[in-house]
Amino acid sequence: MKESSLPQQSTEHKKSTPAGESGIVLNTGSGAVATYVSPTGLPLDAPPYLRFFGGLRNLWTRITFNRKVLLGTCIVGFFVLIAIIGPLFIRQDPNTLSTLSNAAPSLAHPLGTTTLGQDIFSQLIVGTRTSIFWGFLTGFLVTVVSVVVGLISGYSGGLIDEMLSLLTNVFLVLPALPLAIVLASYFPRGPLTIALVITFTSWAWGARVLRSQTLSMRNREFVAAARASGENWWRIIFFEIFPNEISIVAANFVSTTLYVILAEASLEFLGLGNATTVSWGSLFYWAQKDDALFLGLWWWFVPPGLCIALLGAGLALINNGIDEVADPRLRSEPMPKTSRKGKVAAA
Amino acid sequence: MRHILRRIIFYLVALWASITLNFFIPRLAPGNPAQALLGRFERQGAISPSALKALQTAFGIDTHDPLWVQYFGYLHNLLSGNLGLSFTYYPMGVVDVISQDIRWSLVLGSVSVLISFSLGCLIGIFMAWRRGSLFDATISPLMTFISAIPYFWLALIILYVFGFRLGWFPFSDGYDTTLNIGWTPEFITSAIYHAILPALTLVISSIAGWMLVMRNSMITTLSEDYILMAQAKGLSSRRIMFAYAARNAILPNVTGFALAIGFVVSGQLLTEIVFSYPGIGFSLLQAVQGQDYPLLQGIFLVIAIAVMGANFLADMLYVVLDPRVRVDREAA
Repeated sequence: MKESSLPQQSTEHKKSTPAGESGIVLNTGSGAVATYVSPTGLPLDAPPYLRFFGGLRNLWTRITFNRKVLLGTCIVGFFVLIAIIGPLFIRQDPNTLSTLSNAAPSLAHPLGTTTLGQDIFSQLIVGTRTSIFWGFLTGFLVTVVSVVVGLISGYSGGLIDEMLSLLTNVFLVLPALPLAIVLASYFPRGPLTIALVITFTSWAWGARVLRSQTLSMRNREFVAAARASGENWWRIIFFEIFPNEISIVAANFVSTTLYVILAEASLEFLGLGNATTVSWGSLFYWAQKDDALFLGLWWWFVPPGLCIALLGAGLALINNGIDEVADPRLRSEPMPKTSRKGKVAAA
Repeated sequence: MRHILRRIIFYLVALWASITLNFFIPRLAPGNPAQALLGRFERQGAISPSALKALQTAFGIDTHDPLWVQYFGYLHNLLSGNLGLSFTYYPMGVVDVISQDIRWSLVLGSVSVLISFSLGCLIGIFMAWRRGSLFDATISPLMTFISAIPYFWLALIILYVFGFRLGWFPFSDGYDTTLNIGWTPEFITSAIYHAILPALTLVISSIAGWMLVMRNSMITTLSEDYILMAQAKGLSSRRIMFAYAARNAILPNVTGFALAIGFVVSGQLLTEIVFSYPGIGFSLLQAVQGQDYPLLQGIFLVIAIAVMGANFLADMLYVVLDPRVRVDREAA
């Protein structure tokens, strides 16, 4: 399947396409032949799953040219790895109490202990799993809502589009964090509440971007062809149009996840998380509550912030890199005079 | 004109939506948290029957009125400027608490936004001008990193270093609490002294956005023909940089500035909490911890109105500044 997702092999799927030329060939009546290629470089009539993976693959090859994205991916990959295997090396429950209160870093406790004598290092590792898991899950949820609203709105047009656009624009001007705080304080404390509350307050950006993208795609020939062949609307939206937007959706997912991880930490810092769930945000909450600052226990509140900042920078690098791929003018390309320096700058 | 009218109608709808959301959230919440709040109010004793009635209208408890009657009662209260009583600051009303806090938030926020905006734009201009230079190459990744920092954590670090380790600045409060509040030189200097660290946090955490937008917009502008023309004419680079390029490139940032004014209050909530600064953010923390729903919702409403007002301002500013928007949107 990997091979067949290459544009050159597209002739397998559409026999009428001249060899070496990818895309649908429409006979426009007057004998002139026009070629249409989807944004993924695959013919628009390729099966949806092929265009889906082709889109991801296309995104991947394009971004790995960019060193920013490569670096960002490495950072994010590192944290995901810790989230997956890290807790396996933590033998005890990170909430286990001990009599050793507010200890400084030592061999037994690399990051010291809390006021209640819990080992901060194991809390950090276990918290990485919680924060990454919920961060990516929430980012995914937000993206799903954006995709559904944006695509339906952009494809439908008319009254449905008017209503959904209005809803999107209203949510764009509602202050997200304060609304999330109000909502979270009414519902039972826990990561699920925070995830749902953030999803509810922050889907609008993605929906707007995807709506305008869909608008530009709904009148293309492949959509018209699908409509003419009697496909129902949700199949057109999610199996014909959506696979062609996958690179925008992926970029949107990255920036959303960055926002979500920051927002989750903020809500937990305010004490809106579940106090017994260990996460980066809850580490802040307890450090603030137990006056870690005024006791000089920097090893309590510095590490989780550093983790968030690093992970966030990784995601931001990926995002900036994708922006540069999309808008070549932003690349810090070598300028004629300082070509040597410029190459260093691109790193 | 039609465009402006459309925007006005949109913001009215958005305002109505946030007010209505505010009405329904407590009614949809499981386990009736508002009922518990009312119980706490009653245990505290001495709550006037009218205040009790107002609370019941606001949260829809102990009432058999149909929903629409409750809704109009709520709207009536809102329009007469009655947001109920605060539980934490009892017997103060929510409006009084907010109007007291908001002055601190506004002064701190607007000064920080001004500093961050002018500094950020300036640095952005230089970054674009010397694109690819060491300056640009070091600042860009640094700013990427800074913009990914949770800003309450930045506040913690700054407070730890400058407040605790070095002891240069005070830990908390917005002024020396032994002084009386007033326009005396002592009070003003103490207020400025207390505001330096929170303002520093706000500037650092927001400056990256201004810089990056300015840089990217400036790079686009620098490739325009009129820049080349200006260079060919032999104008000084300073003149080209500011009078030709920056002047045209600043447009996205100007509208961003209007938006930032609206986010002054909501953007600094957590910073105020870390510095125990007597603004809206600090009251918000009290409200969250004390489950003070009237105050919480009042704060949300005030912030929502501020943000929408700023969005409206930004929209209008764009229409005034960029004639293309007028034409495009009229046509659409």
